[in-house]
Amino acid sequence: MDAAIATLDIRDAADAAEAIRAAAARNQPLGVIGAGTKRRLGRHAPSPRELSTRALTGVTLYEPEELVLSARAGTPLRDVLTLLDANGQQLAFEPLDHALLFGGETCAATIGGVIAVNASGPRRIKAGAARDHLLGFHCVTGRGEIVKSGGRVMKNVTGYDLSKLVTGSFGTLALLTDVTLKVLPKAETEQTLLLLGLDEGQAVAQLRRASGTSNEVSSFAMLPAGAAPLCRVETVAALRIEGPEVSVATRRDALAAALRDSGARFETLPFAESAAFWAALRDAAPVAGHSGQVWRLSLAPTDGVRALARLRETGAPILAHFYDWAGGLVWLCLEPAADAHAPAVRAAVDAFGGHATLIRASDETRARVEVFHPQPPPLAALSRRVKESFDPAHVLERGRMRAEV
Amino acid sequence: MTLIMPAPEPDILSQRDALIERLRAILPASNLVVDETARRAYECDAFTMYRALPLVVALPETVAQVSAIMALAAEMNIKIVPRGAGTSLSGGSMPLEDGILLGMSKFNRVLEIDYENRCARVQPGVQNLAISKAVEERGFYYAPDPSSQIACSIGGNVAENAGGVHCLKYGLTTNNILGLEVVLMGGEIVRLGGKHLDSEAYDLLGLMTGSEGLLGVVTEVTVRILQKPAVARCLLLGFPSVDAGAHFVGAVIARGVIPGGMEMMDRATIHAVERFQPCGYPLDAEALVIVELDGTQAEVDLLVSVVDAIARAEGATTTKISTNEAERLQFWAGRKNAFPAVSCIQPDYLCMDGTIPRGRLPEVLAGMDAIAKREGLQVANVFHAGDGNLHPLILYDASKEGEMARAEKMGFDILRLCVSVGGVLTGEHGVGVEKRDLMGEMFTEIDLEQQMRVKCAFDPMNRLNPGKVFPTLHRCAEFGMMHVSGGAAPFPDLPRF
Ligand SMILES: Cc1cc2nc3c(=O)[nH]c(=O)nc-3n(C[C@H](O)[C@H](O)[C@H](O)COP(=O)(O)OP(=O)(O)OC[C@H]3O[C@@H](n4cnc5c(N)ncnc54)[C@H](O)[C@@H]3O)c2cc1C
Ligand SMILES: Cc1cc2nc3c(=O)[nH]c(=O)nc-3n(C[C@H](O)[C@H](O)[C@H](O)COP(=O)(O)OP(=O)(O)OC[C@H]3O[C@@H](n4cnc5c(N)ncnc54)[C@H](O)[C@@H]3O)c2cc1C
Repeated sequence: MDAAIATLDIRDAADAAEAIRAAAARNQPLGVIGAGTKRRLGRHAPSPRELSTRALTGVTLYEPEELVLSARAGTPLRDVLTLLDANGQQLAFEPLDHALLFGGETCAATIGGVIAVNASGPRRIKAGAARDHLLGFHCVTGRGEIVKSGGRVMKNVTGYDLSKLVTGSFGTLALLTDVTLKVLPKAETEQTLLLLGLDEGQAVAQLRRASGTSNEVSSFAMLPAGAAPLCRVETVAALRIEGPEVSVATRRDALAAALRDSGARFETLPFAESAAFWAALRDAAPVAGHSGQVWRLSLAPTDGVRALARLRETGAPILAHFYDWAGGLVWLCLEPAADAHAPAVRAAVDAFGGHATLIRASDETRARVEVFHPQPPPLAALSRRVKESFDPAHVLERGRMRAEV
Repeated sequence: MTLIMPAPEPDILSQRDALIERLRAILPASNLVVDETARRAYECDAFTMYRALPLVVALPETVAQVSAIMALAAEMNIKIVPRGAGTSLSGGSMPLEDGILLGMSKFNRVLEIDYENRCARVQPGVQNLAISKAVEERGFYYAPDPSSQIACSIGGNVAENAGGVHCLKYGLTTNNILGLEVVLMGGEIVRLGGKHLDSEAYDLLGLMTGSEGLLGVVTEVTVRILQKPAVARCLLLGFPSVDAGAHFVGAVIARGVIPGGMEMMDRATIHAVERFQPCGYPLDAEALVIVELDGTQAEVDLLVSVVDAIARAEGATTTKISTNEAERLQFWAGRKNAFPAVSCIQPDYLCMDGTIPRGRLPEVLAGMDAIAKREGLQVANVFHAGDGNLHPLILYDASKEGEMARAEKMGFDILRLCVSVGGVLTGEHGVGVEKRDLMGEMFTEIDLEQQMRVKCAFDPMNRLNPGKVFPTLHRCAEFGMMHVSGGAAPFPDLPRF
């Protein structure tokens, strides 16, 4: 980490409130970090001082039969997952691990950081994103005020759903001090049905077909030939089926029968291989190993392949790519360029409607290129007013999401 | 207890004629309800305790008209109350005497069904059930199913983040919508989300959902549609005590089973239902639990046996398992008729809506009984047991002096009890005007101020559905949210606090 940055470990909300108020009074920007491992995500806009939640740890409530867990924001994700695992439960949104993409220790992230970036993996379509699992939180806003919202129960419409707002806000609205999450049972087992011998367009079309059957497929990905972790010589479409043993087996067969007319050959990854495969996809393995700039595009499932075709037409130097979310999520690794090919990538997405995020690029590039998708003026103005409702002086994570926010 | 709404602003009332004149330039005459008798039809929503005659009712048909009306209201400083089907149970769409009632019922078209992307674009006035109807021929449905689904609109569902019996497994409205088109108070049109998932930006789509018509008017909704599960089977389980029923519910979830629906009724409701329309509920049970398991045949058969075993272990006195679709629907029939059944015992009732941590159920039910005894009123309970969402029905007789006030007080005490065990004031009906004055039970002044600042970011003059949700009305200037443009604060003649 940059030696010039001074980091203050906060012990509780009062510490954070005091530090934030002091910074606001002096108009000094403040960074907010969990484990500090994701410094390379988002716009590069370092603050000279930052608050760390690493001393703010501990699971404060866990009631497995109520499907609820509360933890202080700095609690390592690893601790949360270990505890849940011991009870046959999980964070169904599958937070990704940064280590493959950015290097460093695996599973180092904090639970607050996970929520702050709305990290969610291949089970997104079926189980939702991090946003769908945050039931409530406590935070300190950019005004230095200690605020709570939401609760610990599954159904709650009391007041605005600020949980949605802070999830994915990259620390720009408030420093989360405590989060309460909905947890879910782990499936007894899983298998992955692989479809081989199709081209990209056909493979993605079969993923969409599978999502229209009642076999409760929980993840839908497509890897081009040669891509890690399977490294097959041909394109692979992969469908994950989770549940009790007997149900998984019958659903796998039903799915293969339903997709038989696709002309694909079928293979099955049994439990352990299946789990390892989806963990690798969650962490973006097929693009992470290539040295280049990484983008992540979110589009309607039918538009992923089309957007990529359009991008190819512009001659963009694609080093690696794969699709998740039935074709709606495209991970791309491109040869480095000063502008990260942003105009071409954005134009390809804008032709269909969607969102492109620059995930991995040098600090210089991420300082110059907008990392998140540009917004039309009325929406940008509204987002800015929302930011200012929490943080009028733009103290927290200034410039992290957008230059002006 | 009487509800105190902000006094109608004389400045607005005096502009009524001018306002109608300007509205006539935006809307055809038939889309404007001016006449007093006709306006009476809009006096209240399904929370009928309080009524108000709207200043004027506007029924736009196009987004351009909504935008023009909002811009006009902002310019003339007039209040707007959005309304869908008017089934809100918390007074969310109750009109204001000094406000335009903006009825969205003419926005009733399904715009696009996109099976490839498993979504549909619909106008906000489309009725919830109509979405499932529109896609059923291909085996799809829209998951959130409020009991009011034959009447309520999807726009109202978004505003209330509505839920139903399927929510435990399939989520609430917020988990099932992908995009919104919203008109802001100044008339600006913004699109949030689309057919894709999770934009890396502030989740204004999530914020709008459940915002009770206070942040913007929804003019289009993109919903997710799901393939219907292959099979659904139901268990009808009677328990000798509410405690045993509650334990059973916890045990099912602890075992890792998430049913498609899990509903519970107490003795009073079981009896009311059987009197209304007999459907085979056990009259000797203190608590009845209906569990629906859905999915593929193999999985459902397995889970039915697992749940049946848990029920026996927890002391169920009745266990029936549906063997065909007719039986399954028969099991549900009583639950679906619970509200009308209760109104046959007692024509007036107040339906409350709190959520509690499920494990606290026995304690909360005992507490409710004590409150009911103290007030001398009866309470019947049906609830979404799987997620702890309670719907106590407080029975009263409006013709008896003081009973309505007692019922209301009792409702408040029950909600306070819910909050005291770690629960919340409302699980699906919204705060509206009904629970507005209880917000302080859950939130500190500072918590509420932050929520109101968010409101001000959308609606700086507090013209959109004011008087709902928040206990006191402040001006945005108090929260430091007054936007200063070009060095001049808007409305310099208004007093600042
Ligand atoms: C689409 C996507 C792809 C990703 N890919 C990668 C990847 O490839 N590699 C990778 O390393 N990470 C990746 N992540 C991020 C990673 O999953 C999370 O950043 C990580 O879980 C955060 O943990 P941390 O404690 O290290 O956060 P930090 O690095 O400390 O912080 C991450 C962000 O969260 C904010 N934050 C942290 N804690 C809090 C808090 N308590 N309150 C408020 N804000 C807080 C910070 O201000 C910062 O903006 C990705 C995230 C997304 C959304
Ligand atoms: C018998 C009965 C059973 C019910 N059961 C359930 C249930 O199981 N689950 C549940 O969640 N609810 C239930 N409800 C409550 C009610 O049906 C829901 O809250 C529903 O979502 C309201 O929809 P509506 O179209 O009637 O909205 P309205 O009552 O017209 O309005 C509700 C709120 O939404 C706002 N609004 C409406 N349309 C728009 C728009 N286009 N843009 C912005 N704001 C708008 C209004 O201002 C108001 O604040 C029940 C109601 C009844 C009468």
